[in-house]
Amino acid sequence: MSIQKNRLSKEVFAENFSDVHPPFEHAEGAVIEAERCLNCYDAPCAKLCPTSIDVPLFIKQISSGNIKGSAKTIFSSNIMGAGCSKVCPVEKLCEGACVFNLLKEKPISVSKLQRYASEKAISEKWKLFERKPSNGKKAAVVGAGPAGLACAHALSMQGVDVTIYEKEEKGGGLMTYGVAAYKVTPDFCKNEVDYILSVGGIDVQYKKELGKAITLAELQQKYDAVFLGIGVGIARSLDIPGEELDGVADAISFIYDLRTNDYSSIAVGDKVAVIGMGMTAIDAATQSKRLGAKEVTMIYRRTENEKPCTDVELDLAKLDGCSFIWLASPKEIIGENGKVKKLVCSKMKLGEPDASGRRAPVDSGETFTIDVDMVIKAAGQMPYEEIVNKSSVQNKNGKISINEKSETNLKGVFAGGDSVNGGKEVVDAVQAGKDGAKGILEYLGL
Amino acid sequence: MANLQSTFLGIKSPNPFWLASAPPTDKKTNVIRAFEAGWGGVVWKTLGTQVKNVSSRYSALNYGRKAVGFNNIELISDRPLEVNLREIREVLKLFPDRAMIISLMADNNRKNWHEMVKKAQDTGAHGLELNFGCPHGMVERGMGAAVGQDPEIAKMVVEWVMEVANIPVITKLTPNVHSAVPGAIAAFEGGTNGLSLINTIQSVTGIDLDTLIPNPNVGGQSVFGGYCGPAVKPIALKMVTTIAQEERLRNIPISGIGGVTTWKDAVEFMLLGASNVQVCTAAMIYGFKIVTDLCDGMSNWMDERGYTSINDFVGLSVPRITKWEQLDINFHIEANINQEKCIHCGLCYISCEDTSHQAITVERGNPYNTYTIKEEECVGCNLCKIVCPVNDCITMVEHRKGSEYLNWIEYQKRGLPLNDH
Repeated sequence: MSIQKNRLSKEVFAENFSDVHPPFEHAEGAVIEAERCLNCYDAPCAKLCPTSIDVPLFIKQISSGNIKGSAKTIFSSNIMGAGCSKVCPVEKLCEGACVFNLLKEKPISVSKLQRYASEKAISEKWKLFERKPSNGKKAAVVGAGPAGLACAHALSMQGVDVTIYEKEEKGGGLMTYGVAAYKVTPDFCKNEVDYILSVGGIDVQYKKELGKAITLAELQQKYDAVFLGIGVGIARSLDIPGEELDGVADAISFIYDLRTNDYSSIAVGDKVAVIGMGMTAIDAATQSKRLGAKEVTMIYRRTENEKPCTDVELDLAKLDGCSFIWLASPKEIIGENGKVKKLVCSKMKLGEPDASGRRAPVDSGETFTIDVDMVIKAAGQMPYEEIVNKSSVQNKNGKISINEKSETNLKGVFAGGDSVNGGKEVVDAVQAGKDGAKGILEYLGL
Repeated sequence: MANLQSTFLGIKSPNPFWLASAPPTDKKTNVIRAFEAGWGGVVWKTLGTQVKNVSSRYSALNYGRKAVGFNNIELISDRPLEVNLREIREVLKLFPDRAMIISLMADNNRKNWHEMVKKAQDTGAHGLELNFGCPHGMVERGMGAAVGQDPEIAKMVVEWVMEVANIPVITKLTPNVHSAVPGAIAAFEGGTNGLSLINTIQSVTGIDLDTLIPNPNVGGQSVFGGYCGPAVKPIALKMVTTIAQEERLRNIPISGIGGVTTWKDAVEFMLLGASNVQVCTAAMIYGFKIVTDLCDGMSNWMDERGYTSINDFVGLSVPRITKWEQLDINFHIEANINQEKCIHCGLCYISCEDTSHQAITVERGNPYNTYTIKEEECVGCNLCKIVCPVNDCITMVEHRKGSEYLNWIEYQKRGLPLNDH
């Protein structure tokens, strides 16, 4: 039992990490699906989209053959509409709200249709947006993730010259570095970022980390406004003995490595335990399996009813052969020669509802032990508390506080996305970026 | 199982479904396939002086992925007359129980019509259909719709035909007139035994937006074609009704044509006075096999209603179409939304709010709104029921304005108020 890389052949890796939700192969497929849409009034699908994409309109535009119009409808609300069509948990958003569900019929494949129009725009480099001429105002955006890009695009459209400071060497944020590779490929992420930036007026300074390459004070001085879209950091620590052992990984770093290196170079255990049941936990578990892990066990302290991931995501993990232990919380990781050997868990039971409204897990006092050689932590992510505190931005345990105009306690400094909400979906970050841009434009008198 | 046996002008067929005179009945191969599939009869594609056709010939109007309207610029049969006549004889021998009608269109003189009629009936065919309706190509030569559009000429040609005809004659009417009745009366006065309608309607189905050439494209040009298919059914039903309601044509059998695609369409034509129906477009789009469900569906419907013969229901709905001033003004219905069935699509609300009577309220919810009818504003127009995607979710409930029957003529006489809103 050991952690090894290069467990599978190149061909099998390619197959395992190919697109999990294939697109429409022919235009006819998209049109047939589009024509199924009832084009509801005040559509429930659009209402549950955090970016309020006019879903009935873009679907109507697909059926009428106006694909450019369709793509523009999508991007006008969500500049990352293409990526969101692949990573959104649509079963609890647009598709979950589709009125066909109430007829016990298959909901409209909103995401697949959205992907059809938006990917076509990206691959054919349609110029759908024209920015206003520069008006001399300058804004800095920290972080080229979904929030930062959405903010930058919206600001540039209004003639603001934007500079993005990004600590990584590529844009896209978690879309590029933190999502399962079978959902979005590296090429796609690059093309999407390029497409967003093609509007012009946005200069991206890569490998420039806030607090290292540049400070917030300097940004405030150089620019008329600043938007912080710095996201969240590594996985929350488990605070249990043995966490320092060789073989304990955090899901964010694990997926980051997987997204930035060849699959054959990513080491994975024979028996992997994944702690958590959110989207990132699923991504870590399924990808461990797809890298060649023999057994992957997902461990969650509540029951399936309280799980944060969607049924569709859980099914993905089930289909990949992962197993699940519900009502269990890691207590101790036992090692041998510094390497992970066993995981001791407390058996939990459900108590009274907590702040989230879900029934809280309570330790039953009993424990059990499983053999593992790798433990991946995916029980939420930690905000960048240090950076935030150093910049004297008001925050709650590292989560930046903003007002209704997305402004922080610092004049001219705005924020949004995971760094504010602690970690939500890409689509939420896009909306936060748009909100930030709106606040900045108002602040700049534009 | 109900008996679908049909007798039209004494011509027997095992069911009331004939294939109309058109490409599917142009030659022996097709007609044999049609009879093998179960069609009751055919009207052989129009014979006349041999013509030359062009390429392309058809175009369609699509709604979604389906063609709802079909258009053609084909002329009458472009095969030698002798070949057609020989094949008709051969098919008659193979399928003696099926109806064989020959469509004719001769050059516009008595001698020519006489010759055509004689040659056709010499085959042993059961009936003739006079093509007074073809709207393209033949018109320019003084034939087809050019005859049908002029009652005097129509009457004269029918008279010529009846001078030599010894089998039943059906006159096929054109819809490219303000009313089909004058042409029908002319044909009746000329002695026709039966009528069939409608022929195709002149149309332009669309334009290729890349080349800007209308369809069908014949080397960069197009012409007005003959429109048919489901889209023309309502127009055809109306025209059939006008014939069925005409006192002078009371006893003349009608063969209904125009967009018959399902057994329901056929039943509708028959309820409005057609004794049988002719089909073309549906067969061209889906193949001859559609006759299975045409027969089966009609038969099941008849069983459910207790009809044993198709004659039991021919014309039953004719008296239900009246003049507007005879309608009962005291009749009033109001929409009702079944909240249990509602899927909150809002289509009823937006159609009523934007384009009708603002008779539906919306209570916003996330993500589902609740829609309710404002009874006092509802005029009972049916729009909400029409747009609702759920069966029986919206029902129209009767709330009479008065107990007595009151029509517009009486309403005016009594000087009753017009402003009730």
